[in-house]
Amino acid sequence: MGVSADTEVAGEQVNIREFTDEERHFTAGQWTLMWRKMRRHRLGMFSLCLLGIAYFFALTYDFWIPYKETSDHGFLNSPPSRIHFWDSEGNFQGPFVYGIKSELDPVEFKRVYEDDLSTINKIVFFQRGEPYKFWGLWEMDLHFFGVEDGKVFLFGTDRLGRDMFSRVLAGARISLSIGLIGVLLSFVLGVVIGSVSGYIGGTSDILIQRFIEVVISIPSIPLWMAIGAAIPPFWTPIQRYFAITVVLSVIGWAGLARVVRGKILELREHDYVMAAKVAGAGHMRLIFDHMIPGFMSYLIVSLTLTVPNMILAETSLSFLGLGIREPSVSWGSLMQDAQNVRSIALYPWMLIPGLFVIVVVLLFNFMGDGLRDAADPYT
Amino acid sequence: MRAYLVRRIGYMVLAWWILSVLIFIVIQLPPGDYLSTRLAALRAEGLTLNESEIENLRIYYGLDRTPVEQYVNWITRFIRGDMGRSFGSYGGGSRRTVLSILQEVVPPTILVTSISLTFTYLIAVPIGIYSATHQYSIGDYAFTAVGFIGLATPNFMIALMLMYFLFLVFGVSPGGLFSPEYLLAPWSLAKLWDMINHLWVPVAVVASAGTAGLIRVMRGVLLDELGKQYVITARAKGVPERKLLFKYPVRMALNPIISTVGWTLPAIVSGSAITAIVLNIPMTGAVLLVALRVQDMHLAGSILMVEAALTIFGTLLSDVLLVVVDPRIRQERTAV
Repeated sequence: MGVSADTEVAGEQVNIREFTDEERHFTAGQWTLMWRKMRRHRLGMFSLCLLGIAYFFALTYDFWIPYKETSDHGFLNSPPSRIHFWDSEGNFQGPFVYGIKSELDPVEFKRVYEDDLSTINKIVFFQRGEPYKFWGLWEMDLHFFGVEDGKVFLFGTDRLGRDMFSRVLAGARISLSIGLIGVLLSFVLGVVIGSVSGYIGGTSDILIQRFIEVVISIPSIPLWMAIGAAIPPFWTPIQRYFAITVVLSVIGWAGLARVVRGKILELREHDYVMAAKVAGAGHMRLIFDHMIPGFMSYLIVSLTLTVPNMILAETSLSFLGLGIREPSVSWGSLMQDAQNVRSIALYPWMLIPGLFVIVVVLLFNFMGDGLRDAADPYT
Repeated sequence: MRAYLVRRIGYMVLAWWILSVLIFIVIQLPPGDYLSTRLAALRAEGLTLNESEIENLRIYYGLDRTPVEQYVNWITRFIRGDMGRSFGSYGGGSRRTVLSILQEVVPPTILVTSISLTFTYLIAVPIGIYSATHQYSIGDYAFTAVGFIGLATPNFMIALMLMYFLFLVFGVSPGGLFSPEYLLAPWSLAKLWDMINHLWVPVAVVASAGTAGLIRVMRGVLLDELGKQYVITARAKGVPERKLLFKYPVRMALNPIISTVGWTLPAIVSGSAITAIVLNIPMTGAVLLVALRVQDMHLAGSILMVEAALTIFGTLLSDVLLVVVDPRIRQERTAV
């Protein structure tokens, strides 16, 4: 291309030629190249965007939910409300839900909820409702949507009459973050242990490798169950949350340490590392300034592919009652009530949190695939 | 071969020993010990003991000794088969010996996991071959999509949805391993048939989890192989397509599949734990959960030890299999 541009530098006219595409390709840094390649991976980019949106919603969930996730609305196990636009006479009303009528089934002794066609509760946006503390800092009562009178339960209610939609969004905060934090811990452990193993070598390498093989051969869920059960029940939700992330990374680091070790072994022989050594770089500097940046992209790919496993693991643990517990909510703990066929047959909306798990895990996998293709920018 | 086997077995024992230390630490983590839990239960029943009696009990159970001595005591007794008594978390409240519980729950666990493992391979390998030879066809995309979803769905959800489906279509809820009328009946053909009718549900659920990953590995490796020079050469020489495929590239692609049995097996044992809980099958995972909930640590620790032993033994089998299948590895490993 070679578009030329005149730029004024210090009052003097200097003619600066812009780089050609080819030159730009060769002068671009590794991350720029990776990003360019990633942008061409449509499914990966799509997943990246959706995940970004999901994390945004999880961070700001208080605003998007119509009710507090812990408020009891008195309608136990009520099915999801249907949103209508036209009333029974065919008049356009805008989005609204019917009022809820409850009746007692005389045979099953169970409350049955039906639409009360005579009351129309219009959905209003930016409504003032239950007060909450946004990020625990600001008192607010503005909700994205709600109804003027009556109730709206987009995903139904649970056995204590709490709005599932609000709970699912609130659960996103823990379910989405626990994978990231768990991966961060695994990352630290994996990089330190892996680089010790690869860099020092010898006996410590053999010992660490054997140990990693043992860790990988452990059936993870039974071990997680045992450690999860060992967390003292009197711990606060925050302590519990961090304990669970530690539990998850107990196993997650092993695979990563392998990758790090292999790469360090390979890079140790490279000329540039030798040059740095000769120039007097210390061990720490060699490993962290020279070698690890050389395969950071691979690490990020394997981290991205570890996050979904952690999310799945947390879901399973919490589903079994050994992970996140009341009053905190995660997608797994929300499904605790759906332990058997009977409850699913009666209240199928209890599985909605599971759909969110599936979608998020899929997105992480797709994004990881995209990153993997982009990770080697020089091909 | 013999030297290789001896080395592998030695390594297996070592791995099991490391795991036993880890498991011992984990079961000691909860506050309180065997005796204090038991005494609390007795106190609830109205029996109170004085200080010296408690002290004698502590000595009897070896709780006055150092953790290392306690570990040695625990592991030697475990190996002798004396695993203590459970707190009655399993089997209707009676304090059965851990050994008798294990004898009851380990056989179904081995049965379900080994059948699931077999099915995983029987499904994954042909689909992987199909996907690689029909790359970018509708079938390939369909299998890839199903595989991705299988990978992303928690096991317990697959189990729940399958049960719900069977409930809707046939009006039965296929929990357990036997129908109630066969539960205590002696073995007969009818009982065997009843078991097969129940068995396929957990097998399908457990196998679905491992299959997705294996399909992707098989497809990827086979695609790499199919693009290689020797395949093109063979095709140019006129080797029939079917023979060409199965004689060389498929055999090559099977290699990484077999060598990762060591990773697939723990995943399957893991998956079967949760499946057993949801489907209410008396397998180790289900018993482990009840034991953990009431801190029945003798039982929980023993189950973990047995599961670890099963996994390690399975990995050993896969390693030996790999040596048998691949002559190059045979030479490389037995030569050392």
